[in-house]
Parts: sequence; C-alpha cells; structure tokens
Amino acid sequence: MSVQIKVHQKFESFELNLDLRLAASGVSAIFGPSGCGKTTCLRVLAGLEHFKQAEVVVNGEVWQDSKRFIPCHQREIGYVFQEPRLFAHLNVQDNILFGWRRLKSSQRHSKLLNVLEMLGIESLLERDISALSGGERQRISIARALMVSPKLLLMDEPLSALDLERKQEILPYLERLHGELDIPIVYVSHSPAEVSRLADTLVVLEKGKVRAQGSLKQVLSEDESMYSFADGLSSVFEGELGSLSNDGLRYFDCDGFGFWLSQFSKNACYNPRCRVFASDVSISLIKPEHSSIINCLAVSIEKLSPGRNPAHCIVRLNLGKQQFLLAQISQRSCHSLGLYLGQTVWAQIKSVAIL
Amino acid sequence: MDLSSVAVSLKLASVVTLILMLVCTPLAWWLSQTRSKFKPWISALLAMPLVLPPTVLGFYLLLLMSPQSFFGQFYQSIGLGTLPFSFTGIVIACTIHSLPFVVQPLQSGFEAIGREPLEAAATLRAGPIDRFFKVILPLAKPSLLGAAILGFCHTLGEFGVVLMIGGNIQGSTRVMSVDIYNHVEALDYASAHVLAGGLVAFSFFALLLIYGLNQRSRLLP
Repeated sequence: MSVQIKVHQKFESFELNLDLRLAASGVSAIFGPSGCGKTTCLRVLAGLEHFKQAEVVVNGEVWQDSKRFIPCHQREIGYVFQEPRLFAHLNVQDNILFGWRRLKSSQRHSKLLNVLEMLGIESLLERDISALSGGERQRISIARALMVSPKLLLMDEPLSALDLERKQEILPYLERLHGELDIPIVYVSHSPAEVSRLADTLVVLEKGKVRAQGSLKQVLSEDESMYSFADGLSSVFEGELGSLSNDGLRYFDCDGFGFWLSQFSKNACYNPRCRVFASDVSISLIKPEHSSIINCLAVSIEKLSPGRNPAHCIVRLNLGKQQFLLAQISQRSCHSLGLYLGQTVWAQIKSVAIL
Repeated sequence: MDLSSVAVSLKLASVVTLILMLVCTPLAWWLSQTRSKFKPWISALLAMPLVLPPTVLGFYLLLLMSPQSFFGQFYQSIGLGTLPFSFTGIVIACTIHSLPFVVQPLQSGFEAIGREPLEAAATLRAGPIDRFFKVILPLAKPSLLGAAILGFCHTLGEFGVVLMIGGNIQGSTRVMSVDIYNHVEALDYASAHVLAGGLVAFSFFALLLIYGLNQRSRLLP
C-alpha cells in the first residue's frame, strides 16, 4: 500500500504545492495551522475536490491524473469529517449501514458487531440521531466510515468540533483503531496533542508547502521542523505504564529509562505515549541529590544548537537506543556550565505529560 | 347548484401540481447546484409569471397556441386538436403561471441542505443519482410538500390566465374563480358565497399546513 499525492493549485490567499508520499501503514498525520491546505489535501485524496493539476496514486492505482478522475463514490476510502454529518432522515443503524448497503457482498468485510464494539456504540443502534451527544455522533460517523471496509481511512480533524471532555472520550477509540485496524489512516489535525498521541509519521504543512516530513520522532528531533510543529519544542516517548505505587505515582517504562508520572488518564491506553516539553528539562553537571524533582536521567550531549530566541540554547540529549530528549536552556547557562558534545550530564525533568 | 366548476378546478390543480413537481424538482435542483453564467437569466425568466399580469401571460400564450402559430400547427398536426378553449390548454397555461411558486421553495429547500450530506454520501459509495433519491429528496421532504401545496393552491385560485386561454365552458374550462365571477355578475350572491367561502377556508388550511411543516422541520437538528 502506498499513497502518493501531488497537488498544484492557486487560491486567493495562498498556493498549494505538494508532492507527498504517505506511509503505507499506521497513522500519517498532516499537521499545520488552519488555512495551510491540509484539509484541501485530504479532499483531493478523497475526490471531493477536482483540481486540474493534481495526481493521486494509491497502491499503484491511478485515482487522478491529467487524463482520468475517479469520482469520490468509486474510491475505496472511508472519510470522517470534522463534524459528524449524519443523515438526519435516518436512524443510527441506517446511518451506520448507509455505505455498507452499497457494497457488493464480496466487498463487505467489516462486521457490524466488531465495529460497534470497537467504538462502544452497541447501545445506540435504535436511537434517533437527534437524541445523541456530539461525541456519540462522531463515533457513529467513524463507524459508518469503517463499515465500507475502506482501504484508506481519511480523518479530517475528527475531534476539533468537540469539547475537551468529548475529545478524551473519543481519543481512546481512535487509538484502538490505530492498534486494531490494518489500514493506513491519514489524519489531518492542528492539535499537537492529538498528533503526538496518534501519529506514526508526520507531514508538517505551512502555507501550502511541506515544511517537514518523516517519522514522528524524527520530525520532532529535527531543529527547524520541530518549531513549526506546535506549541513548543518537545520530545515524545512510547512505553508501558506500570502499576500504581503507594504514594500515587506510576512508572512509565520506555525500555532502558523511564519517568515517574503523577497524572495519567483513567482510560486504558493501547499505545501509551508521553511528551516532555524542552522548556521543562534542565541540565545539571552532577547528580542532583538535594532536589524535589523526581525524574532525573543520566544522558550524553548529542547536539547543541541555537534556539529561535537568541538567548536560548537547544540541547539534544542522547538516552541510548536512538532515543533523544530535548532541553531548552539559556545560552548563559550553556557557557557557564561549559557544555560540550559527548559530555555526560544529568537531565532533570520537571513535568511529563501522558498523552 | 351546479358544482361542476369545483370538479374542473380540483382536476386542473391536481394535474398541474403533478406536472409541476415532475418538471420543477430537477429544474430547482439544477438551479441550486449550478455555477453557470446563465443562471441569473434563467432565474429571471422563471420568475416572470410572479410579476406579469395574467392577461399579458394569457395573451402571449393564446398567440402561441393559436392554430396559425408554429406550435399550434404542430399540436394540430399530431392529431390532438386545438389548444385554446380546451382543458389541455388551461393545464399548459396554469403550469407556466404557477411555475415560480413551486421552483422557488424547492430551490431554497435544496440550497438549505448544503453540500455536507452529499459529500458524506459520496464518501459512502453513493453515486449522483443514488444521492439525489436517497439523501436529497428525503431531506427536502418538507420543501417538496410545501411546494406542492403552494402550486396546488395557486392553480386552484387561477382566474385571469384561465379566462384568457380557456374561456368559460361549463364542465371543461369553467373553474371555480370564473364561476364565482359569473354568480356575482348574475347577482347570485348565495352561490358565490359557497364557492368563495370554500376557497378561503381551503387556502387557509393549506397555508397552515405549509407553515406547520416549516416550523417542524426547523425544530429538527
């Protein structure tokens, strides 16, 4: 499975100029601020936009080029819109089965019960859609998209219309899709928290152009691209959440190192990740023994680079096994500590967010 | 009292409404979707019967249908007789006169649905015709019903155009409004009251139904 998309289109406010090859499995996130062209890119992929200069090739099959254009309803995709877009004249079950009924019986691979169970909506089937909450509606629209057994699942900011609580309600289900479905997902979002929790690979768009592209960790650890991603420099780690200790902390084990966490979501996570902001990491030359900070790791300095703010210095710290932690310190501290490449230092981490 | 005019009016309104719904649904759908530069021209042309006096419309339709005109000759040559002073003639005239009363509510109904449910249906494997019948028409049901009622009532109250094209032939082209005129001319106010009062009551309840439908559909999410 491979997904290639080329678009060249001028709009009033910007020019979209993309040539992307998206990952064949897992979640590829397209990230960027609003108006950067990420939704348009997804709509081209789905066949909802028909631009003259666009090419879409999925799995070697040409969906669009200069000569041909396969209309949306003939593309084997599932699409989840920002708002649920359920059909007001149908009940929950008819909404979910709308696409499934239009498939040939040989194409009907999705099992209704599995999908309902995966999204936790078994009890909603007979309900009228006007009686559902926003979160429930969005879960139904995801179920509806899954029931067409798509070869490619496209999700356009599926959480952005929901409040924080509803987001927390749906995120575990999305994670579960990621873990259980064997189809590539293209996930468009402007939320760093969602992307760092769900994405395997990441494309960062800015004003219609690709700013950075690669695996999530790779993009996050490259100097320039990490700036365009989001709300501050950070590092993301995958690991396993240990059991609760007597004093209320849990250990997050990242194979070789780990963090003690005081806050974690109650929902079971399929692929737990945690995120450490560079501004929450400080560096000490000796092991800090008289400090209130619990998370303290021995690391070696991999790279020193200037920050976007000239007073800052970004330190890339090697944790071993190709895992890196970023620290944002002042240039002054960098000089007064005399930091150099390869030096072994102690990183103190003030807070770790579980995603 | 002769109630044949009531039967003619009801038959006329039913036939015209049926034709209008079949013609106007695709027309209004096209108007709601098109970005063609001809759209304002066609919209203006279709709205003409709203502003023209029925006598003007009736006059030109009469010329068009006359056995001397190209259309009249063609109609005669296929063995259907002449159109003026016939029931078919007033059906054609009333269809044209009531067209905007049906096209406009349908068009705004279709426009209000928006492209969102259509796009969702397209991503769920529904082709264009499938989308129209399984998504658009069900969602536009209140507009369809409202447009049909409006077309029916407008035709039921038709006077000028019918008089111009159909004249006053009992049992064939004499409709209620013409009959009321006859009764008043003959100073038979009692018979005029029966027909006029009936039209007032019928029109009121039909409009009540339309506004009731509108309110209910607005309450839905």
